[in-house]
Amino acid sequence: MRVVLAEDNALLRDGLTRILLAHDFTILHSVDNAPDLAVALADPDAEAAVLDVRLPPTLTDEGLRAAIACRSARPGFPVVVLSQWVEHLYARELLADGGGGIGYLLKDRVGDIREFVDAVRRVAGGGTVLDAEVVSAIMARPRARAVDRLSEREREVLGLMAEGRSNAAIAAQLFITPKAVDKHANSIFTKLDLPVAPDDNRRVLAVLAWLEV
Amino acid sequence: MAQRPSPLRLTGYALAQVALAVPTMLAATLVAAGGATALLVVGIPILLLGLPLLRWIADRHRAMAAEILAHPVPADRLPDDDLPLLRRLGTWGRDPMTWRELAWAFLSASVGLAVALVVVALMVCVVTLVLWWFATPQLMRLRAVVDARLLSRGSHELLEERVQVLTETRAETVEDSAAELRRIERDLHDGAQARLVALQMNLGLARDLMDTDPVAARDLLAEASTTTGAALGDIRDVVRGIHPPVLADRGLVGAVQALALDLAVPVTVTGDLSDRPSAPVETAAYFAVLECLANVTKHADAEHAWVELARRDDLLVVVVGDDGRGGADPAGGTGLRGVARRLAALDGSVRVSSPTGGPTLVTLEVPCESSSPRTTPSSGTG
Repeated sequence: MRVVLAEDNALLRDGLTRILLAHDFTILHSVDNAPDLAVALADPDAEAAVLDVRLPPTLTDEGLRAAIACRSARPGFPVVVLSQWVEHLYARELLADGGGGIGYLLKDRVGDIREFVDAVRRVAGGGTVLDAEVVSAIMARPRARAVDRLSEREREVLGLMAEGRSNAAIAAQLFITPKAVDKHANSIFTKLDLPVAPDDNRRVLAVLAWLEV
Repeated sequence: MAQRPSPLRLTGYALAQVALAVPTMLAATLVAAGGATALLVVGIPILLLGLPLLRWIADRHRAMAAEILAHPVPADRLPDDDLPLLRRLGTWGRDPMTWRELAWAFLSASVGLAVALVVVALMVCVVTLVLWWFATPQLMRLRAVVDARLLSRGSHELLEERVQVLTETRAETVEDSAAELRRIERDLHDGAQARLVALQMNLGLARDLMDTDPVAARDLLAEASTTTGAALGDIRDVVRGIHPPVLADRGLVGAVQALALDLAVPVTVTGDLSDRPSAPVETAAYFAVLECLANVTKHADAEHAWVELARRDDLLVVVVGDDGRGGADPAGGTGLRGVARRLAALDGSVRVSSPTGGPTLVTLEVPCESSSPRTTPSSGTG
């Protein structure tokens, strides 16, 4: 998989490069500023991108804007956005096109290498991965609190689904069987009156749409 | 500079001044008589008649002087809105402007009247028309300067007041920022720093155990990873408390939108500040809105809240409203007082309107050019 990597901190860029190379990714372009990033993202050979939100020249939210601009030119182009902090507002902007293939994660998560690589792979496959911190902010809102129809366990499953985790990952996290997760998921979809989604990716998008992220 | 009024228009003013001379004398006499007998109660109704009349007449002369001098002639009275009638009377009595107006009234009805009469006379006696044409602007300007000087505070007084305000707010600002630094120091010490110490111990232990007990070493490394995450979380919280990154990215409107998204009460954010205020103004306004919205979620019991942001000339105006139960007391909570203090350092202000039953409206106003001192321009040539 050929990825574009944008990170202005040399230490972090090296670390990310090493992690990605060790997991069968190819670094097509490695850039440290927004203008170079725009050029790199225009490369038709790129298959996915891993971007830092804050990049020179203005060190604000160039990475985020580049991701949104890139996806309006190439709908569904998989982008993983990394940041030192996460904003619900930015998650909403990234997800606004409803196309999937979006990852929005704290840089801390890179520390758990297996989890991080797995997230990049899922995003590259059209999945959606949101940081647990964003999801907990979303779950604290009235819309999510209104789901008193759901059991405590179901709310946990809903939160993990919103993070974009697969059934197997949810099962492992909650120490229950994948079958039990499936049962909870079906019950959630019935109670929230959501159409049954054909695959994992659609399911995440449906949940996020319902939560009004 | 605005166009000066024509001699004809000035003569109109002079006529008005002549016409107001008798009412001026009447009002001044009423005020003097009422004031002298106020303790015998009988003076109070006289004052209630005389003072508003005097104030009204003085205001008319202020407007004329402002027009002639082409700069504002503010009354700068003590605020008396929403006060019961008798308390209002007390405020008027304490207001130095009332005394100035009284003194002005006597001068206006004597020397001032003479000047105005000369202007009118010069026009009426047709032979002096040329003189009228050239002398009127000078005479009326002279009168306007005297009126403005008496009816508005001079630059010296304004500066004294300004120094007073600056001394107070500077002391508060220094105190606040010292407290803020202590808080940040404590947060770092108890949070990130403590966790990094724990992290270092874990890593040291793990290194020692690597050969003898690899399983325990692995557990320690896992724990170290968790501790690192927590330390990063602490640092993020500290950073948000100093200057939220989203504020730097998106400016005030975007940052308030981001803030509103995560609240338990639905908040509508409207406004457009395409011309961004300076960073200190943005930061102060952001934390003020944060405090107001925190109050809404904590106390107001509201279904819905809204934030309107606008720039009116050189003033940033932010209104935070909610449809809750009202009855918020601006003096009661430490939160709003803190907001008022922080804004005062930027010459900003906070107004709260919160009748029982709601809605509550908190209006924040901050001058945008906070680096330049805000003194009313002193009377130019006077």
